[in-house]
Formats: sequence, structure tokens, C-alpha cells
Amino acid sequence: MVDLRRARWLPVLKSLLIVGLMLPMAAMAQLRIEIVDGVEGAMPIAVAPFAWESSESEPATTVSQIVSDNLRRSGLFDPMAEAQMIDRPTRPPEVNFGTWRLLRVDHLVVGRVVDSPDGFGQEIEYHLLDVHTGRILLSQALPVAPGDFRFASHRVSDAIYEALIGIPGAFATRIAYVVATGLGTGDELFELVVSDADGFNPQTIVRNTQPILSPAWSPDGRKLAYVSFATGRSNIIVQDLFTGQNRVVSSERGINGAPAWSPDGRELAVSLSRGGSPDIWVIDLENGDRARQLTHHWSINTEPAWSPDGRFIYFTSDRAGRPQIHRMDTSGDGIERVTFDGRYNARVSLADNDRFLAVVHSDGDNDFRIAIHDRENERLRVLSDGRLDESPSFAPNGSMVLYAARYQGRGVLSAVSADGRIRQRLVVSEGDVREPAWSPLIR
Amino acid sequence: MKTALRFMALVMLVALLAACARETAPEAPPEPTPPPPPERPVETDRLDPRDFADPRNLDNPDSLLSQRTIYFEFDRSNVRAQYRPVVDAHAAYIRANPTARVILEGHTDERGSREYNLGLGERRGNSVEELLRAAGVSSRQIEVVSFGEERPVCRESNEDCWQRNRRTEIVYTAR
Repeated sequence: MVDLRRARWLPVLKSLLIVGLMLPMAAMAQLRIEIVDGVEGAMPIAVAPFAWESSESEPATTVSQIVSDNLRRSGLFDPMAEAQMIDRPTRPPEVNFGTWRLLRVDHLVVGRVVDSPDGFGQEIEYHLLDVHTGRILLSQALPVAPGDFRFASHRVSDAIYEALIGIPGAFATRIAYVVATGLGTGDELFELVVSDADGFNPQTIVRNTQPILSPAWSPDGRKLAYVSFATGRSNIIVQDLFTGQNRVVSSERGINGAPAWSPDGRELAVSLSRGGSPDIWVIDLENGDRARQLTHHWSINTEPAWSPDGRFIYFTSDRAGRPQIHRMDTSGDGIERVTFDGRYNARVSLADNDRFLAVVHSDGDNDFRIAIHDRENERLRVLSDGRLDESPSFAPNGSMVLYAARYQGRGVLSAVSADGRIRQRLVVSEGDVREPAWSPLIR
Repeated sequence: MKTALRFMALVMLVALLAACARETAPEAPPEPTPPPPPERPVETDRLDPRDFADPRNLDNPDSLLSQRTIYFEFDRSNVRAQYRPVVDAHAAYIRANPTARVILEGHTDERGSREYNLGLGERRGNSVEELLRAAGVSSRQIEVVSFGEERPVCRESNEDCWQRNRRTEIVYTAR
């Protein structure tokens, strides 16, 4: 008999509900994902079509389809096409393991969508099975708030990914990016957009004729800080994604740029040139936005990023002549240079630890690529192959790096696995896409 | 009388500098073509293009004051010699017109990271500002705003285009 672990996820349910209410300013054209490089030896898995046993009408895209697409995109799995399935089991007792072994599948996912026992929305009840041993590796009943079917399917994908890979998945996350149209025509439009990590549900958060850049997620995934030129000068704005409320947190003379949230969400590291040249400052968001200065140097000091433990701030500085990554503690002391490989290393992004730093890297003046600097062995590895790659942003589980690139003369987003083997391109139908920022894990 | 003399001396100095610059910078790379002159015909009969105090010269294609873009070399922010006369002409104008206000917009090409380029663009604005101030312009009349690589005038990924984007634009918010 299957022991069904009923998820007690009321907070999740609540957050899903709020997400459903996220201010629908305007629907953007959606990003389309193209897989550029896949992996040999991806794990064969089958996600059998889930039975629809709810009184509601079935959405056009099924849970099993979304889960299969997610797993394929990760590059680590090779999901079987539905047409090749001989059997369509929806519960463990219906599974004929011999059939699936013949089909050379290692793992099988079966499930059903039923009305929630409490009469509110539905539940996705699913099981992950090891085809070779016949064991059940994971069973869960996941509540789905009305209208949040896709996001719930991403959570199913996350749980399967974690059960088989050993680290949390990053499917139930969001990405922020900027779409620019009409550049150089005098009729420019800049939009800050938030979508699901697979490009679905794009929502325009703010729209302006002046540049928008450097979106940064708060650690709780509720807010975005970004740089806006709406007034004709750079300002740093913090915007609540659920209420739509926004406020200017820095509008000093000169540059107000490169916001980065502290891990506790109370402070914002920024780059301000109010002292004459760009220096790193920290703004106390809970204390009247008071700013304290961390670097005091005539060079350009920008693009701060906090270490996950909140003890250090990494940043770009050209104090040694060309931009390189440096590090200091949060009082601005103990500044040390971190990268030495190549002429140009900038815009650092950290994952869940500060061993791996994703950077914009160049050996000369013409090819700017995404590289990962491994602080443990002091090695830098180039991951991308473009000429104008920039703005790397780690997935919160460290598995992929999202970045901005040029493809056929247009700005596109690309994603590459941290080992460089898997590559995807995210293309929007119109305009240039840039400045991607991957959200934290949304719990 | 004294001021007028001083001003004339300055005009001559600027003209001299311009002449020098033309002679000393023949190896400079070909510059992008300046923007087309304004459609509106400018009264030039009694207008001296070297009268840098006269607001009409801001729209006079024969006057240095109509040039308001300074171009830079890659990863550099020093104002090259051939642009000194343009900067000096504007310094003379702003000094002569205390209500004039300018924004020095610093821009870069698309290469490298956006936030770092904001810093580079500001350096380009700052070096023009320093020259203006050295020529006696009040800092109250100048503001530097860097747009980094966010406002290109040209969209292709080649050196020809990049050099048109590496610039400081002198924008008059009040003449």
C-alpha cells in the first residue's frame, strides 16, 4: 500500500495565491526556449500522462507535459515521448515494471489530478518509481491553487529532480529581464519583465522610454531592486511585485547603480558616484535608507554581490588598471583581488556558495564571454562562446547560469549548465532581451 | 573694456588652439560624419561664427558651438586634442551666458558589462567637465550624467559603430 505523504504546505498555497494576484500590468511576448546543446547519457525517464479526475476542466498543457519539458531542459534527463509509451499507468499498482524495463527507462512518474479534499482547488498526486527495483522513491499530494497549474507542475518537477539528482530543482522559480525595443531610433522602449523560469507567464513590471537595468531579486522573491533612468538620471528603485508599490531608495548626484540585496534582505549594496567616482555603498533599507561608504578609491568600484553568509561583498574594480573581481568584508576592510586570469573580469554572480563565481570575462577587447572562477583551485573556465556575452546570473541551485548574449544581431538570453555541457537560448519575438536575473528558490 | 579685451584674447587663443590641433592631429582616425545641419536657415550675414557668446551660433553649422559631441578612443576617457577647440568654445559660451545649463552625457560602446560601462561613461563626462571648469565655467552650470552603453546612436557590432557610440554629448538644458 502506498503511504501518501500529504504535503502540509499552507504557506506555499498562500504564496501561490498571491502570485496569482501579481499585478497583471501587461502580458509580454513570451520567451521561446531553444535547446542548443544537450548531453549524451542523460537519464532515461518516463512521465506517464496524469489522469484528470477533477470536476474542473483540464488545462490545455498537462502536468506530465510540463514536467517532461522541464526535465529535458535541465539536460540531465531524457524523457520518453508520450507516443512511445505502451502503458499509461496512473497509480503504482497499475505499473507493469517489465514493460518499462524493456523500454530502457530507469525511472517512471505516474500521477492523477483530483479535487482537493477540502473543496478548494485541486491536488496533484504523484509517485516516482525506480523501474529496476520497483521501489517507490517519492510520493506526494501537492495542493494547487486555482489558476496555478503550471507553477504546481514546476514544483512536481523540482521534487523529482531533487529525489534523483540530490540538489533542489530550480523549475519553480522566476526570472526577471529587460526587453528593449527601438534602440537607436529615438523611439526606445524599455520594459522590466518577470516570467516563470521556463519563459511562461511574462508580466511587465515597469515600462519606460528611458533605460532600465540591473534587476535584483530580494531574498524572499517578493521584490525587485533595479536602476531606472525615468527621470533622465539614474535612480535605484525597489518595487514590491505583489502590491506594485515602488519607492526610490537612492537618487544621489551621479551614478546610482548595481543594487544587490544582502542575504537577510535588510540592506542593499550599490554603486554610487556621489563622491566623484563610483564606490560601493550599503543602504540600510530599514533605517531610512541611510547609506554608508565601503570603498574609497578613485577607480570604478561597482557590481557588488554578497557572499551567501553575508560576511563578504564581491565587486568589480579597475583599481589595478583593468576591471577585476575583488572582495572585502562588509565594513569595507580587507580588500583583496580575487581574479587574475585574463584582462577583464566583471559583474560577478554567486550561487548558493561562494566557491563558484560567474563573471563576464575577456582576454582582449573584443570577445566577452561568461566564465566560472573556482575559488577552491583558482581556475577560471570559459562557458560561453559568444562575443558580447554579459550579465551572468546563477540559478539558485547553482546548476545553470543565465546570461545575455547576441544572436543574429539581437539581444537574447542564454543558459548554460555550470559544467558547460548544456546550452539553451531564450528568444523573445520582438526586441532585445538583456539583464537577466534568476530569482531565489520560492518556498 | 577690460573684459572685452580679455574675451578677444580668449577668442584668439581658441582660434590658435584650433589651428594647432589641426596640425598636430593628422594621424587621428577618421571621425564619424557630423549630424546634418539643421533645416532652418541661419542668419549668417552679421553673425561671426567665432563669437562664442552668441546663442545663435549654437545652431550655426559654421560655428564650433554647433558641434556638441566629443568622441573617445576605446577604454579611454581623455579628450583628444582635436576636440579641445569645441570644448573651449562651449566653455566660452557658458561663461558668457550665466543662465546657460548643460548636461554632459557620457556614453560607451556595447562591449563589457553594463554597470562598469556606467562608470566609464561617467569618466568621459567628467573629463569634459574638468576642461570646462579649468576654462572658468561654474560647476553650478554643469551636470554629468552617464548612460553607459544604454543609449547607443548606432546598433551594429563593429568598430565603425562603436566609435560613434563612445562619446560625451553636450546637452543644453538652458541656453
